[in-house]
Amino acid sequence: MREEKNEVVKKFELVFGKEVLEDLKRGENPTLELVSRTLSNAFFDEKKGLITLGNKREKRSFFSLGQAKKFMQTLLVAAQLKKNIEEKQPAIGTRQLFYLLKHTIPGTNENTFDDQKTETDPIVEDIEVTLNVLREQVGLFAVPDGYIVGPMIAYDRKTGDSLDYTKMGLGGGAIPAMVEDNFYHIKEISAEFVLVVEKYQVWQLLNQEKFWKKNNCLLMTGKGQSARSPRRLLARLNREFNLPVYVFTDLDPWGYYIYSVYKQGSIKLAFFSEKAGVPKAKFIGLSTKDIEKFDIPKTNWIKLNQLDYKRIKEIKNYPWFKKKEWQEELSRLEKFGYKVESDSLVAKNISFTANTYLPTKIENKDFLP
Amino acid sequence: MIKYREVAVSEFFEKNKHLLGFDNPAKALLTVVKEAVDNSLDACEEAGILPDIIVKIKNIEKDIFQVSIEDNGPGIEEKYVKHVFGKLLFGSKFRSLGEEGIQSRGQQGIGMSASILYGQLTTGEPALIESKVKNKSHYSCKLFIDTSKNMPVIEDEKKLETKKEHGTKISLKIKGVYRKVRGVEDYLKYTAIANPHAQILFIDPENNRKLFKRVVNKLPKRPKKVAPHPHGVEIGTLIKMLNRTKSRTLQSFLMNDFSKVGGKGATEICKLAKLDIHTRPNAISREQAANLLLAMQQVKLQRPPTDCLSPIGEENIIMGLSKEYKADFVAACTRPVAVYRAIPFQVEVGIVYSKELQPDKPVNLIRFANKVPLFYQQSECVIYKAVVKTQWKRYGLQQPSGSLPIGPVVVLVHVASVWVPFISEGKQAIASYPMILKEIKLGLLDIGRKLKRYLAIEQRKYAKERRLKIFSKYGIEIANALTELTKMDKNYIEELIKKTIEKKGL
Repeated sequence: MREEKNEVVKKFELVFGKEVLEDLKRGENPTLELVSRTLSNAFFDEKKGLITLGNKREKRSFFSLGQAKKFMQTLLVAAQLKKNIEEKQPAIGTRQLFYLLKHTIPGTNENTFDDQKTETDPIVEDIEVTLNVLREQVGLFAVPDGYIVGPMIAYDRKTGDSLDYTKMGLGGGAIPAMVEDNFYHIKEISAEFVLVVEKYQVWQLLNQEKFWKKNNCLLMTGKGQSARSPRRLLARLNREFNLPVYVFTDLDPWGYYIYSVYKQGSIKLAFFSEKAGVPKAKFIGLSTKDIEKFDIPKTNWIKLNQLDYKRIKEIKNYPWFKKKEWQEELSRLEKFGYKVESDSLVAKNISFTANTYLPTKIENKDFLP
Repeated sequence: MIKYREVAVSEFFEKNKHLLGFDNPAKALLTVVKEAVDNSLDACEEAGILPDIIVKIKNIEKDIFQVSIEDNGPGIEEKYVKHVFGKLLFGSKFRSLGEEGIQSRGQQGIGMSASILYGQLTTGEPALIESKVKNKSHYSCKLFIDTSKNMPVIEDEKKLETKKEHGTKISLKIKGVYRKVRGVEDYLKYTAIANPHAQILFIDPENNRKLFKRVVNKLPKRPKKVAPHPHGVEIGTLIKMLNRTKSRTLQSFLMNDFSKVGGKGATEICKLAKLDIHTRPNAISREQAANLLLAMQQVKLQRPPTDCLSPIGEENIIMGLSKEYKADFVAACTRPVAVYRAIPFQVEVGIVYSKELQPDKPVNLIRFANKVPLFYQQSECVIYKAVVKTQWKRYGLQQPSGSLPIGPVVVLVHVASVWVPFISEGKQAIASYPMILKEIKLGLLDIGRKLKRYLAIEQRKYAKERRLKIFSKYGIEIANALTELTKMDKNYIEELIKKTIEKKGL
């Protein structure tokens, strides 16, 4: 554990300390070379099945009126994070980091930072990609929003609490911000797979029906577009415990995309895919063919609008949707002309999802890749 | 013969006070000072004396002021005092266009007599006059105007003990309003700018002493009297000249009483007017005079003389402006003499850029005619029009369309002429003759270019300073961060950053 921290500290000292100092000693313009996080530097690695960042770097220099402040801010964030790790400070949120750094520059009425979203947050991401570390490794946490229940026992190393996810009641267990092993040690798992549900209400209903117990699985939701820690946890469950991952979303392009983020990662957080992507994840539904197979009544269908059609076209062009099955599925959806929410299955009957739909799909291995 | 109708002087004054500069109490106070100061400057220059003038205004009660103006001029002989201060309505003010003339300040002509009458009418008090001529005794008297007879009356004559060599002082009690802005002080300030060879001390009603220092120890070149040019004469003037001339023949009249007319020119004019060259000038009828005028204008003649004017001079404008404003940049341009309607005139332009002036207000335009500041009717004046029509954006100043440019700038424009064409008898705005407009614009163009050059250099300097400032302030924070990231000595890093900024930051 200590080893790893020292490694990160060393990286900080090299990239943001020593190299800048060398520039100054040589009387040159101090310049940082940061891994570019632009769309043009994100690409789909077919072999790995992940969206990853390329090697493009962008320069950030001190002696440029447009970059001088950002250069200073980058060094300030780096120095603060490095200091926090060295002093073994508790992990802090990005908002707290912002307040740690915000102060008036001596002799001026200008602040070092005025905004979190546009100033500190992007620099944290720059540092993550450039040093190839996760924010969790530099003593930061992102606000999580996800729940999990099922046969798993974890140990919280910070608090010393043992967490039994079969005894979490209706609310389920909240997924913590830090799910790396040095914070969150997974002690025991008897589940056979993980079911990720897009919608919280669907997850809630399945929990009430004890779906996880009947099917011996972990039941998880990231509440729509997932935050970082649920994705990272899912990746650990898949990679370290070999649990198959099935994802259950709405039948619409937005649902498909949520699935793809769990599986291949996203463009915006491309650097995070290596850690949080689950290339082996499978799409359980809802798919166009399910409508006919399970005789979902037409009253539950909603007409696709223009935005939906536009999104379908976009998704169709993403390299990670180029698989034959997905191209066909997207075409079928276009032709079908309706979207169907996973919530709507209750119209058949309330326990239809838990007792009929999901078990049948899993049994038949009726997935999309 | 023309018969003059006798009018009570006070009635005449009442009817014409707007022409004389006494329309309201604020303007009246200014006019009193202006007339006296202009007279003093003219008198000093004529006598070859560097002017030293003291203007004092005291608030006696509510709206009654004691105004005194003292100079070191040649003084006035006792026997002429009456004539000089009492010659109301006999001044040379009502000169017509094209008459023989000289560039002079005393455009108002009626001199101090109107001021004395104004004081008398508003406070009932006579003027107090003191005068000392070199090698004569120092004399003082009270002077008022008998309005029934239109005659000056002198009272209470005295001889004074004195150490003064020469000079004149006049004190008046008048009704007035003292304005701080665009009042006497500004008037004196502008006068001092256009006359840097004069020293003016001003003591205001609050007893503040403001000294406008002399910065040039040389008197300006005296203007020369010039005879009118045939191309610039009007019919009324011509008839007057024909009646008054001492020449006995038309030919000699043309040659003697006009400039640039030789024997050949005179003969040609007469031929064209179908008049005998030997005709007696005063025998020419009105009709013949009209023909003569037409002929005068058709004949080709040399341009009018151009060496008769007395400009302020580029150097003196720069000196004058720099002493009254903390100038970061100052420039001036004296244009060559030009001619409008056969009358020579000369334009001068000056500019000051001062960071102490307000940067977001219209520029301060100060106008002069024959070195006298013009205070009223700005927007009707050709000077204002020329400034507004100039594209100041090209020279680095903002300019709302149809307005004065914006900036911490003073623009000075001086028009000198034997005969300045004012738009009205108030003599506060110059008429828009195309030649005059053109000359002013050319002058503005010249100083505009100089301003642009200055502003470009300033801008580069400012940009450099700004870069240094930005890098230095962020440098402080970078030093802190680098100290944390390298564990090196903070002073060492600070020095290193400072050095690199000096070397690379520009």
